[in-house]
Amino acid sequence: MKTVIVKYPAGNVQSIVFALERIGLQSIISDKKEAIQGADKVIIPGVGEARSAMEYFRKTGLDQLIPNLKQPVLGICLGMQLLCLHSEENNTPCLGIFDLPVKKFVPSDDSMLKVPHMGWNKLFNTQGVLFKEIEKDTYQYFVHSYYVPLSLHTTALSEYFLPYSAALQKDNFYALQFHPEKSGKQGQRIIHSFLKL
Amino acid sequence: MLTKRIIPCLDIKGRRTVKGIRFKHLQDAGDPVELAARYAQEGADELVFLDISATEERRKTLAPLVKEIARELYIPFTIGGGVGSIRDVEILLSAGADKISLNTCAFQRPQLLDELVQRFGSQCVVLAIDIQYEEEEWWVYLNGGRLKTTRKAMDWAREAIDRGIGEILLTSMDQDGTKKGFALDITCEFSEKLSVPIIASGGAGKVEDFYNVFQKGKADAALAASVFHYREIEIPTLKKYLSQQGITVRPTKTCIK
Repeated sequence: MKTVIVKYPAGNVQSIVFALERIGLQSIISDKKEAIQGADKVIIPGVGEARSAMEYFRKTGLDQLIPNLKQPVLGICLGMQLLCLHSEENNTPCLGIFDLPVKKFVPSDDSMLKVPHMGWNKLFNTQGVLFKEIEKDTYQYFVHSYYVPLSLHTTALSEYFLPYSAALQKDNFYALQFHPEKSGKQGQRIIHSFLKL
Repeated sequence: MLTKRIIPCLDIKGRRTVKGIRFKHLQDAGDPVELAARYAQEGADELVFLDISATEERRKTLAPLVKEIARELYIPFTIGGGVGSIRDVEILLSAGADKISLNTCAFQRPQLLDELVQRFGSQCVVLAIDIQYEEEEWWVYLNGGRLKTTRKAMDWAREAIDRGIGEILLTSMDQDGTKKGFALDITCEFSEKLSVPIIASGGAGKVEDFYNVFQKGKADAALAASVFHYREIEIPTLKKYLSQQGITVRPTKTCIK
C-alpha cells in the first residue's frame, strides 16, 4: 500500500511517519501531484498556521488537486481545518471540501478555560468506521485554538467551552481535530482503521 | 473534560539525562530515550526535554536525538534549549518534536516569538520563564538561571502572550530541586490572570504537591524531574491519588502500550 503524507512547510510530519512505522507501514512525504494522485491513502498532517499552509497549497497546485482526490484522505488537526471552507485564523479561505467554518475559541472572562485547548480530552458520540475499534470514552490529545462547529458531517464530538466537531467525514474525506499519532494505543487504532479502508 | 497533565522533564546534556539542584550540581540520571519510553508507558501525558547545555555552549539542540525520541514516543513532547531561529524550530519540528520551548533567545529578541507564531502557529510555541522571588517581586532569570534581569515575570509573560505564544512553562528557581512543593502563589496568579495554559515547574517532592499545584495553584499541568527519574513517585500511583482527590486526569489504563 502506498501512503503519502502531504508535505507543506509546517507540521509535525515525522510523528505521523513514525506512527505508521509502528503499524508496519512505510510512507512517503511529498508535495508532488503524481505521488499524491497515485497514493492509496493520503494524509494531510497538521501543526501550523492556516494561511501559510494554504499559500503553499496554491503555489504547488495542491489546492486544485486535493478536493478532487478519490482515495481515502485523512486531515489531522490543521489538516482537518484546511479541508473546511474558511478559517478565522488570519482570515484564510481553505479547500472547501466540508462546507463549514473554522472558528476561534474565545475565552470568556468567567471561565478558567485557556486557549489553546491543549491536552487530553474525551471523545463522545463517536460513529463511523474510524472509531470502530476504540474504547468508549477514549481520551485523545488535542492542541488547537480554532475549532469546527457541529454539523451533519460530525462523526465525533469533544467539548471545550462548547461541544464541537472532533471528527468529520464526507465521502472519501476524513478529518480529526485531535492528534491520533500522539494519543497512545487508542490513537494508533484510529490510524489503523483509516489505513484499512 | 480537559484533564490535568503530568509532565516528566528530562534535562539533557550531551546524550544523557542530568538533574541538578537549584540549576547546579548536575548528576547523571540515565538515557533519555529509555526514560522517555518508560514514562510514556507509565502514563505520562506529555514530556519536556530541555537541552541545558545548548544555551551555555551555544550549540544547537540535537536533532538526531529528537528523531530517536519521536520514534519511541507516541505522546506529545516539547524540546527546548538554545532555540534561537525559525530554522532551528523547523529542524526540531521536522525531526518529530510537537512543541518548542523558548527562553533566553526569546527574551533577548522578543520579535522571534511573533515570527514563530506566524510561521508555525501558537500551539507549538512555549515560553519558558525561570523566576526568583526577591524584594517582594518575581524576577525573570536567563541563561539557565545565571543571569538576573530587571523584568518582572508577569510583565514578560503578558508581552509574550500578546505576541501569540501558546503556553507558559513557569519554573520557580527558589523551589527547583528542593522537593518542598511548587510555588503556589505565583502559579495561581499566572493561571488566573493569563489566558494560556500554565505548566508549573520546580519543587515537586510528594504526591500532595501535585494536588496542591492543581487545586490551589490552578495549574494546567505539572512538571517534575527527579521524583520521576529516581522513582520516588510512580506516575500510575500519582494519577490514582489525584483521581481519588477529585482532580481530572487521564486514566492510566488507557496509556499502557
